[in-house]
Amino acid sequence: MNASAVVTVEGFVAESLATHGRDPRHLLQHLIRVQQRFSYVPDAAVEALSAALDVTRTQVRAAVAFYAFLHERPRGAFEIRFSDNITDRMLGSRRLIRLLIERLGLSGLPAWGRDLIRDDGRVSVGLASCTGMCDQGPALLVNGQAVTNLDAQRVDRIADLVQEGIPLERWPGEFFRVENNIRRRGLLLGNPATDGAALRRLVDEGADAALAEVERSGLRGRGGAGFTTALKWRFCREAPGTDRYVVCNADEGEPGTFKDRVLLTDYADLVIEGMTVCAGVIGARRGFLYLRGEYRYLLPHLESVLQRRRAEGLLGTRILGRDGFDFDIEIHLGAGAYICGEESALIESLEGKRGVTRKRPPFPVTSGFDDQPTVVNNVETFLASARVVQWGGYWLRGEGTDQSAGSKILSVSGDCARPGIYEYPFGTPVHRVLSDCGAENTQAVQISGAAGATLSPAEFDRIIAFEDLPTAGSFMIFDDSRDLLDMVRNFAAFFAHESCGFCTPCRVGGALLRNLVEKVAAGQGSEYDLSEMRHIGAVMREASYCGLGHTAPNHVLNTLDKFPSIYRRRLAREAHTPSFDLDAALSEARGIAGRDDPGTHIHKLSGETA
Amino acid sequence: MSKTFKLDGREIPFETGQTIMDAALAAGVYIPHLCHNPEFAPHGSCRVCVVDVGGRQVSACTAAASEGMEVDSSSEAIQATRRAILQMLFVEGNHVCPACEKSGACQLQAVAYYTGMLAPHFTHFFPRRPVDASHPDVVIDFNRCILCELCVRASRDHDGKRVFAISGRGLESHLVIDSASGLLGDSSFAASDKAAHVCPTGAILPKGRGYETPIGERLYDREPISIVGDVRAHEEEVL
Ligand SMILES: Cc1cc2nc3c(=O)[nH]c(=O)nc-3n(C[C@H](O)[C@H](O)[C@H](O)COP(=O)(O)O)c2cc1C
Ligand code: SF4
Ligand code: SF4
Ligand code: FES
Repeated sequence: MNASAVVTVEGFVAESLATHGRDPRHLLQHLIRVQQRFSYVPDAAVEALSAALDVTRTQVRAAVAFYAFLHERPRGAFEIRFSDNITDRMLGSRRLIRLLIERLGLSGLPAWGRDLIRDDGRVSVGLASCTGMCDQGPALLVNGQAVTNLDAQRVDRIADLVQEGIPLERWPGEFFRVENNIRRRGLLLGNPATDGAALRRLVDEGADAALAEVERSGLRGRGGAGFTTALKWRFCREAPGTDRYVVCNADEGEPGTFKDRVLLTDYADLVIEGMTVCAGVIGARRGFLYLRGEYRYLLPHLESVLQRRRAEGLLGTRILGRDGFDFDIEIHLGAGAYICGEESALIESLEGKRGVTRKRPPFPVTSGFDDQPTVVNNVETFLASARVVQWGGYWLRGEGTDQSAGSKILSVSGDCARPGIYEYPFGTPVHRVLSDCGAENTQAVQISGAAGATLSPAEFDRIIAFEDLPTAGSFMIFDDSRDLLDMVRNFAAFFAHESCGFCTPCRVGGALLRNLVEKVAAGQGSEYDLSEMRHIGAVMREASYCGLGHTAPNHVLNTLDKFPSIYRRRLAREAHTPSFDLDAALSEARGIAGRDDPGTHIHKLSGETA
Repeated sequence: MSKTFKLDGREIPFETGQTIMDAALAAGVYIPHLCHNPEFAPHGSCRVCVVDVGGRQVSACTAAASEGMEVDSSSEAIQATRRAILQMLFVEGNHVCPACEKSGACQLQAVAYYTGMLAPHFTHFFPRRPVDASHPDVVIDFNRCILCELCVRASRDHDGKRVFAISGRGLESHLVIDSASGLLGDSSFAASDKAAHVCPTGAILPKGRGYETPIGERLYDREPISIVGDVRAHEEEVL
């Protein structure tokens, strides 16, 4: 926080430019540093960056307004953001938010995009989308650093530390402890150690042989879509271009997913080795690791792994002494935008812009970073690739199903005795996971995150595999004490908040859907509203521009089909209910007239008249 | 022999690299569109040009035409999707057609008529948005902006100025102007810019020419958009 002695905004920006360069594509990285230092992006920084990087001040401001962790106005010296995933709420986060707010002398409740800022500028309290700590929540971020395992006592202590103005470096270390919670190890998690064996094999046997192993393994992407990894690498290798790039997608924004965090903590060497192997296969000299802002606490660790690998000759110039095998990796931070996990939006963000999805095709393999051929893979995919090249394609094929070779790492959270990381062979049924993690009386499982599918108990025999239940790894459990409408409300708000805003169905439809869900939750809905929700959901699914909008209504459509009672029991009445309450609107007039007799009420058109 | 695909049963010739929209417009077949303007690279954001290709919905302005594909652009299902998208645009901003100078020559309104949209249907958001009359020759009414980015693209790619940009995200997305004050009058914008002549709605209007053509005699009052096409191609007559 206070690494820099420079105090003026202009001075700070000049220093950032001097250290990190004047490539306009570094705009976002400069902005993140400014935000971190000043708790907002002052006008002076906008002007200085605009002048130095040949971007308009409007483009700079537009980027600031896009990313949830960048601000036009100052936040508190302690900027606190509670993770607001449904799993945090299930662990009592709402109560803790209220407690902290009360202790800090603030009033109201923070909402998406509305932070509470104390007048003295000491502290602000806001929300963040899932911060990836679901197995040790509730969690929050303070000045970007993750605090886990919140309870009343810890929140109380935080309030004291803030009141006393104790800098973060002197906060109790255990507040920031992040556990791995690895509960079940399989092919990939068995052993984190590597001595560069995959790279040695690549160098000894050549890129063709390495690619052949990846092909033989049948490895498919672990980030959700399941595209065949070898095919992606081959397309990129064969695409015309002057440069090639390798990008590791560590945005891990899908609510309920946290396995990439664990992989980057304990298996970073293997992930980086996988990236380096990919670089050798496709002929890339530069790579990026796009790390979600929520995981910035991992930055020093990751930098040190990169540094050590450079020293060991496993990264940088002349890798393993081989002339012409040069490859290095830069870490770029995200700043609070779920859409930046989508590969083309991620590339926009890497180029310093707002993370808006690109038109596809062309796909990144032919036109990615700097419009050059680019491989984007998930963290877990790179880890698996390293092992595949080291141990051969058959090693992965030995587990899993026909169309889904190998294993899948799951992030298990919600109502169970042992939340954490579980690795299973593909083909494992849902009920097996539930019994292993100690889930009881399970009402529903949300698989593959907010964008995934809501499973009812009748489906717990289904298997985790691309041919049945594809998943990016999120596995959230809801027991029968939960009201699933709370989940729906949380996800609907999440998608409305995270829509990039580019296309009409997702930008407007997502907000309409959220409002209808809230209307039903408030007991003001009718059957008509439910059919409207289906209608809007269908239009979003069919007509949106990218995967975010296509999947955003899944949770509503799934629960309407499988759990209709969560809506039905809230309906005010069967047919239409206006979103405007006429009787309530008259209350002010009643107050003025000093009357409250039946004649001054418009009777609710409840059952008897409708 | 040139390659063809089928659009609502009709054979449409196309060249490799053309989109469904390019080929259809070249063959004189109308597919509704708002963010598309053949002078600029396809954008794909409004989604009004959605068509069905083999059971999948794609935007005609961005999807490449391919030999033998069967494209449905007129079924009730497709028109219903378009209507819903238009209704979303109408409730997102503040579109008070009877009080709008562009009424009758507005593409948003004309496309809505074309798809049979009779009412906005969804609950209005009624956002608070300003009107910027700071420029001597042109006024911007942000209430009518549908975020098609045509002015953004025209200013950047044609005028070489970057006067406009989209800021924010989600429903908070909004058009912004590049000047210290954020006002158009303080920017480098000129009435002769291409960007002044591409807006499909009444968001960007020239000053001092309001109601020159009486309502009732305007472009789309006379003939539907499916016959006369984009307003930009008729600029001289409609303004
Ligand atoms: C809205 C959205 C968010 C996404 N978020 C992520 C993410 O956080 N991490 C990830 O690896 N892939 C994510 N993806 C998928 C990526 O676009 C891409 O398919 C993936 O990174 C490719 O890597 P893989 O082939 O190794 O799976 C997301 C996709 C969408 C549409
Ligand atoms: S579906 Fe549309 S608005 Fe939603 S994130 Fe994708 S491009 Fe943006
Ligand atoms: S002002 Fe007009 S041209 Fe510009 S984005 Fe808005 S609707 Fe499109
Ligand atoms: S005209 Fe095709 S998406 Fe707008």
